[in-house]
Amino acid sequence: MSDQQTNMHPGLNLGYVGGGKHEESKVFGFWVFLMSDLVTFGLVFAIFGTMRNATAGGPGAHEVTELRSIAIQTGLLLLSSFAFSWASLAMKYEAGRWRFLIWFSVAATSGLGFLIFELLDFHHLIEIGAVPQRSGYLSAFWSLVGLHGLHVAGGLLWIGVLTLQILKFGLTDTIKSRITRLGLYWHFLDIVWIGIFSLVFLAGVA
Amino acid sequence: MIDLFGRLEWQELKLLEFFHDPSIDTAVASGAAWMTVVAAIAVIAWITWARRWAWLWNDWLTSVDHKKIGIMYMVIGFVMMARGVFEGVVMRAHQTTALDGGVLSNEHWAELFSTHGTVMIFFVAMPFITGFMNYLIPLQIGARDMAFPVLNQISLGLTATGAALTMISLVVGAFETGGWTAYPPFTGADFDPGPGPDYWVWAIALSGFGSMFSGLNFAVTIYKMRAPGMHFLRMPVFTWTALCTSILLVFALPPLTVACLMQALDRLAGFHFFTNDLGGNMMNYANLFWMFGHPEVYILVLPAYGIFSELTSMFAAKRLYGYTSLVIATMSISVISFCVWLHHFFTMGNSATINAAFGIATGIIAIPTGVKVYVWMATLWGGRIRFTAPMVYMTGFFILFVIGGLSGIILANPAINWQVHNTQFIVAHFHNVLLPGLIFGIFAGVHIWFPKAFGFRLDERAGKITAWLWIVGFCFTFLPLYFLGLMGYPRRSAAFDNPEFLPYMIVCMLGALMLMAAFAGLFVTLWVSIRKRDELAVPLGDPWDGRTLEWATSAPPPPWNFAMIPHIGERDAFAREKADGRPYVTPEYYEDVHLPPNTSAGLIAMVATTAFGFAMTWWIWWLAVASVLGFILWYVVHSFREHPEVTIPAVEVERHHAAWVEAATLNEGVTRDDETNSRNRGRAATDMVVAS
Repeated sequence: MSDQQTNMHPGLNLGYVGGGKHEESKVFGFWVFLMSDLVTFGLVFAIFGTMRNATAGGPGAHEVTELRSIAIQTGLLLLSSFAFSWASLAMKYEAGRWRFLIWFSVAATSGLGFLIFELLDFHHLIEIGAVPQRSGYLSAFWSLVGLHGLHVAGGLLWIGVLTLQILKFGLTDTIKSRITRLGLYWHFLDIVWIGIFSLVFLAGVA
Repeated sequence: MIDLFGRLEWQELKLLEFFHDPSIDTAVASGAAWMTVVAAIAVIAWITWARRWAWLWNDWLTSVDHKKIGIMYMVIGFVMMARGVFEGVVMRAHQTTALDGGVLSNEHWAELFSTHGTVMIFFVAMPFITGFMNYLIPLQIGARDMAFPVLNQISLGLTATGAALTMISLVVGAFETGGWTAYPPFTGADFDPGPGPDYWVWAIALSGFGSMFSGLNFAVTIYKMRAPGMHFLRMPVFTWTALCTSILLVFALPPLTVACLMQALDRLAGFHFFTNDLGGNMMNYANLFWMFGHPEVYILVLPAYGIFSELTSMFAAKRLYGYTSLVIATMSISVISFCVWLHHFFTMGNSATINAAFGIATGIIAIPTGVKVYVWMATLWGGRIRFTAPMVYMTGFFILFVIGGLSGIILANPAINWQVHNTQFIVAHFHNVLLPGLIFGIFAGVHIWFPKAFGFRLDERAGKITAWLWIVGFCFTFLPLYFLGLMGYPRRSAAFDNPEFLPYMIVCMLGALMLMAAFAGLFVTLWVSIRKRDELAVPLGDPWDGRTLEWATSAPPPPWNFAMIPHIGERDAFAREKADGRPYVTPEYYEDVHLPPNTSAGLIAMVATTAFGFAMTWWIWWLAVASVLGFILWYVVHSFREHPEVTIPAVEVERHHAAWVEAATLNEGVTRDDETNSRNRGRAATDMVVAS
């Protein structure tokens, strides 16, 4: 088998023969990690499902859902994923590191915007007394939305560190492999958010 | 001052408890604390005296060699097992006095059965199977290392963190008292403000991440790093069971992590996941825990099945009968293991329909397990069996494990389960499957692969005596519990009032002493073998006429495992080479070997997470924040550095390989009659049956 056949992620566009196999293992390993992470999210979703009526007389879905803000957050996160795809394409077609970094920074900025809106929402929830200590429903709500938010924050840190590495080393094979994995992670968070958007917010107020 | 140490105060130190309030109870508690401290100091003193720090650091702690990491897992397992066995004996001793009372306080008793279970499952059984998988997977699939060697070391560090936190709880504060399952709300903040449940939560959550990453690493290694020609259906059976266990680890650890972290939020931040009030629901915990807990049973036992499969075909000198059925059975068990978790709480308010469905699923999972028993029997049938120490364990396993499995079938029936649930019958059942199933498998495996790892065999006589002690000790300690359970003795009770129980408890106590002797026997075996190591040496690497690739290396194998990556033409590759009379070939040319460099990543992860777990347990917030930030910062800096691989020049590879091949070729080989005496140097004169 030639290296061309074993390279399952042509988007990596690695510039040499031989090391591709290990990078391929890394990307595959990251898929496995995401699978495990998806189980984690799935379980928190399930717990949320069992607790959606456990409001104990406190604020419920109608009180905690601010659809306008949620719509903005959804838009920002989708934009972020979209920009990341363009960054990946820039990497694949070797459009240069600056074009890559422009799209990369669009992805980061909208991701940061998402997080800011989410934090404002959380701030509002604290003001109206919808704190996680109030009821089982709110515990589950904060944990599920917060777990996603924590993942986004981690992703932003990762983007920041990778940006510095790109500036320092350029788009080397190691960096390309890291970007590919970050991309998987970033799109994964988008999918999870679609779940939260539909099951927590839309279904909550429907 | 209060902020600096959180809620930690001087009187939490267990060492002094006895002197404040002398009694048998505090003597046991303080004694255990002193033993931990003295043992730690003794180890440090010995390393210093023997000038072994540099050796320990360079050759072991910072090594990313999967073989060394595997051995370190085994060391953790044995150290923790010493504690677990000792606790078991203390509990049995207490029970002989427990008619209308008992020498230990109720609190202390509860701590003992909780730590015993936690330690034995998470820090004995898990490190043992992870150790075996680490050591064997790359060797069996013809690879030079794991897919992610550094991550592998970090997994080891996280497992060590869990073990360390459990040991620290012996000296500072107390462990939790709600059993190894730690059901809230009993372990919630309202009923137990701490620190016991906090130790449990962080020990389990942090080591759980390690186990998940181990599973990921093994799975990727098996999927991506097999030698050319090693198709899935040519993999050794142990590797198959390891693959299934890895898949289970990746899927089954998240429920445990989620349960632990939700419990932590309940306890630390006043959330209401599992509390009695404000909408909390402890059934969610029970479901989450057992969604992990049941697959966990198979995570532990599948690699042991793999070891038994290897050893039956090895010591019957036959190809394994029904390889494909065994693979299908293993995969079936992995899938069905996710569909049975509810049988752990049939009595906790589910409808009859749900109970029936899970009861049937539980019955079904016995079928693939039964297939395996028949596969092993058919493999032994007509073979020329050598009755070595591993075969003694195999015999004990065969008879006892079938009894344990059948008691499981009884328990699968919800109607019967209602009668015996929460009695000693359950204790008898799970010890009956885990001890003969898992632990016997591990010890048999140690006998088989110890010579591979260290270059000399273990003494057969001492090994056999130890094996018999385990088997007989097990029967005395745990079989009476079936009767006690049927007589109505609840598990986990500190005292009983029915005098009829007492004779059984005394028999159990005698059995526990035998098990302690058996545990000591392991170390006697090791000691005797080390003293006779020249006589027992098998440097040529194939003492048992092995069939799979790991035997086609010297003992111990070089850090790069294989001089050239082998090409695999069929199952049991090494057996075929020997049958065709062409083992120990010299490759046409040698290449430089690239290996990952040493790193202290695992140790840094261990120090940071142990500090974090301890800080969260004692509310030392500055330390918790500092350890997390410190670890992230270290990781970021680490990712900026280049990590050039270590290159082993081709001449060095050639020198090692050629010397080994020459020695093997000069040796005339040993027949199985002389396998256990000093003529065995690790070259087998094979007359095995390759085809079945």
